[in-house]
Amino acid sequence: MTPAPALSVEGLSVEFRTRSGAVRALENVSFRVAKGETVALVGESGSGKSVTAYAVMGILDPAGRVTAGRAMLGDLDLLAATPKELANVRGRKIAMIFQNPRTALNPIRPVGRQIADVLICHGNVSRRAAPAQAVEMLRAVGITDPARRAKAYPFEMSGGMCQRVMIAIALAAKPTLLIADEPTTGLDVTTQAVIMDLINDLAKELGMATIFITHDLALAGQRSARIVVMHAGHVVENAPTADLFANPRHPYTAELIAATPDSAASLDELAAIAGSLPDLRRADLPPCRYSERCPRKIAACAQPLPLAAPDAAHFVACWNPLPAQVVVAPTVSAA
Amino acid sequence: MTALLDIADVSKWFPAGAGPGAWARLKRRLSGGVEKLPKVYAVDDVSFAIAKGETVGLVGESGCGKSTLVRALTRLIDVSQGSVKLGSRELALKPARVFARDRDRARIQMVFQDAGESVNPRFTAFAAIADPLRRLRKLRGNALKERVETVAGQCGLPLQLLSRFPHQLSGGQRARVGIARAIAVEPDLLVLDEPTAALDVSVQVVVLQLLQRLKKELGMSYLFVSHDLSVVRLLCDRVLVMYLGKIVEAGPAAKVFEHPLHPYTQALVAAVPRLHETASRLRLTGEPRSPIDPDPNACRFYGRCPHGVDACKTTMPALDAFGDRQVACHFAESFLPQPRIAS
Ligand SMILES: Nc1ncnc2c1ncn2[C@@H]1O[C@H](COP(=O)(O)OP(=O)(O)OP(=O)(O)O)[C@@H](O)[C@H]1O
Ligand SMILES: Nc1ncnc2c1ncn2[C@@H]1O[C@H](COP(=O)(O)OP(=O)(O)OP(=O)(O)O)[C@@H](O)[C@H]1O
Ligand code: SF4
Ligand SMILES: [Mg+2]
Ligand SMILES: [Mg+2]
Repeated sequence: MTPAPALSVEGLSVEFRTRSGAVRALENVSFRVAKGETVALVGESGSGKSVTAYAVMGILDPAGRVTAGRAMLGDLDLLAATPKELANVRGRKIAMIFQNPRTALNPIRPVGRQIADVLICHGNVSRRAAPAQAVEMLRAVGITDPARRAKAYPFEMSGGMCQRVMIAIALAAKPTLLIADEPTTGLDVTTQAVIMDLINDLAKELGMATIFITHDLALAGQRSARIVVMHAGHVVENAPTADLFANPRHPYTAELIAATPDSAASLDELAAIAGSLPDLRRADLPPCRYSERCPRKIAACAQPLPLAAPDAAHFVACWNPLPAQVVVAPTVSAA
Repeated sequence: MTALLDIADVSKWFPAGAGPGAWARLKRRLSGGVEKLPKVYAVDDVSFAIAKGETVGLVGESGCGKSTLVRALTRLIDVSQGSVKLGSRELALKPARVFARDRDRARIQMVFQDAGESVNPRFTAFAAIADPLRRLRKLRGNALKERVETVAGQCGLPLQLLSRFPHQLSGGQRARVGIARAIAVEPDLLVLDEPTAALDVSVQVVVLQLLQRLKKELGMSYLFVSHDLSVVRLLCDRVLVMYLGKIVEAGPAAKVFEHPLHPYTQALVAAVPRLHETASRLRLTGEPRSPIDPDPNACRFYGRCPHGVDACKTTMPALDAFGDRQVACHFAESFLPQPRIAS
């Protein structure tokens, strides 16, 4: 039995208005995250990972619009919530670590104060106790000399230190849903391990559901129970981590794995994925947005893709997937 | 081989607590001015050289001073002490503001850590790439347009994106604009501060293979700052490992990653996440030392080092040579690969 999802995203579609036409950035994106579970969103740059996160947080660029779908946090549809309801859950129940830490921090406020602000605002911490607790948070994310560093301004810190401050702020409110958009990009691997331990431990301790956005497949593999692979605004595969690596079904997933520099002996051995993401403004986007790059394309690929059932164990949106090696529960595409 | 870039005994200190605001200014005045503030030793007495056509990797803990070091040697900021030589020309004495208009400016180009931050939000991708070509190569009109489209193509940036503004691009697309902008003027030395951090693996492969090709074709040298050790291993000839402002290990990339000698490098290599392997729970424990007025006689890694002894607290290990490698650890010798006994 899978526990009730903390967050269930169903059929999410997002469009951006631009001068040169609508960018169909997300189409029918569905996935679930259970309490205490970490789900990774992976995929090429531009595949819509951040837009998914922004839509769920209700902080899309003004040019962006949710055209369909729900994002259920318990009984609350985040996409239909009033600004007041949203303000109430944001920061307190859902927190986000942004991809660009430096721009997300207030440049003229010492970082310790910024953390204390969040603590006072959401964490039931008194004004007097907050500064000391902010220092503790800085220590927890591995910042040296935290008492002194609390007084520093963002420009005085390295990229990775700003990242850790952001993480401290996000975790300060002990959220039930954490959206971490590349939380450790820009951190060295030893610090990354410490931060990911911290997130994983909190997830366990508080039953915090985590959406972990990354392009590091190896890291996603180590840190999440399930991986959702996105391509050009579609979810192309969604499977338990071990399954996905042992038996990638979508041709795109297989190519992503082959492009990972992990065990290669030379750069020439690595294969870039052919082609690039299609222009999402095109009116004639094929149903499978990968089809123009796909080595396994067949005639059937011109049909509308199979719909994602949010509870499928191993979902693959493909008409000609790689063969399943072990017979597990039948995939939706076969139905 | 002559060195393209030679830096010797370079240090960069920042006053700690030199923030903006009236209160900080007042406190500074009361305590005797900026010079009296405690100092962050961001880069402490670093020397190395980069040969023509060589690719050097720079790795190390976040906050250890990598960006400060590369900003100092590309002369975006002034060094506190030391020498930076490009060919036979000493650059350390030229204030950064003057060097910005120098004839050698085009010879060193830099790709920044945070592409979103370094690309002007009011510039389209086209304008961003065209900017250095206009300033440093004086290109105009059709020649400019052609050159911009060529480098955009080389970086895998679809031409249809060239009219977009940074906020309309994904993080990875922005990173590619930053790389295109830097290679457009064909510099001798390209300094890349985590250029692939925001890139997905597929684009990363394209960019890395592009960098490798450009290196062969144009004989460009690279200084490549990255947290991705797999990438450094594949791209770089030599690697420098930094810890709290100092270089603790240097040597051929393959050897350093295969058999790290400094305990910090050992911890770093062990923490690399790998496909098909679960995370090791091996962590560095203990409090890292502060970069603010550090004890000049203690090894910077002492306190977190699993091999540390009392001597490490009182004697700073020097960066000693072991064949083609250099290590700053009192126990480096004992970590050397044991010679096989001839049978
Ligand atoms: N304000 C906007 N206007 C137009 N298009 C946009 C806007 N914001 C995002 N997009 C487009 O939406 C798509 C998805 O972008 P998103 O930032 O979600 O990618 P991502 O998967 O997070 O990539 P990365 O790994 O590079 O961060 C991209 O094609 C991007 O160009
Ligand atoms: N303008 C500044 N004022 C004060 N301190 C600074 C300033 N810039 C950098 N520092 C300090 O110098 C040290 C080195 O920072 P730097 O940005 O070089 O680190 P880094 O190795 O590039 O880290 P990362 O991997 O996180 O990018 C840090 O302790 C930082 O706080
Ligand atoms: S549906 Fe067809 S084109 Fe799309 S990924 Fe599958 S095989 Fe390739
Ligand atoms: Mg993103
Ligand atoms: Mg840096």
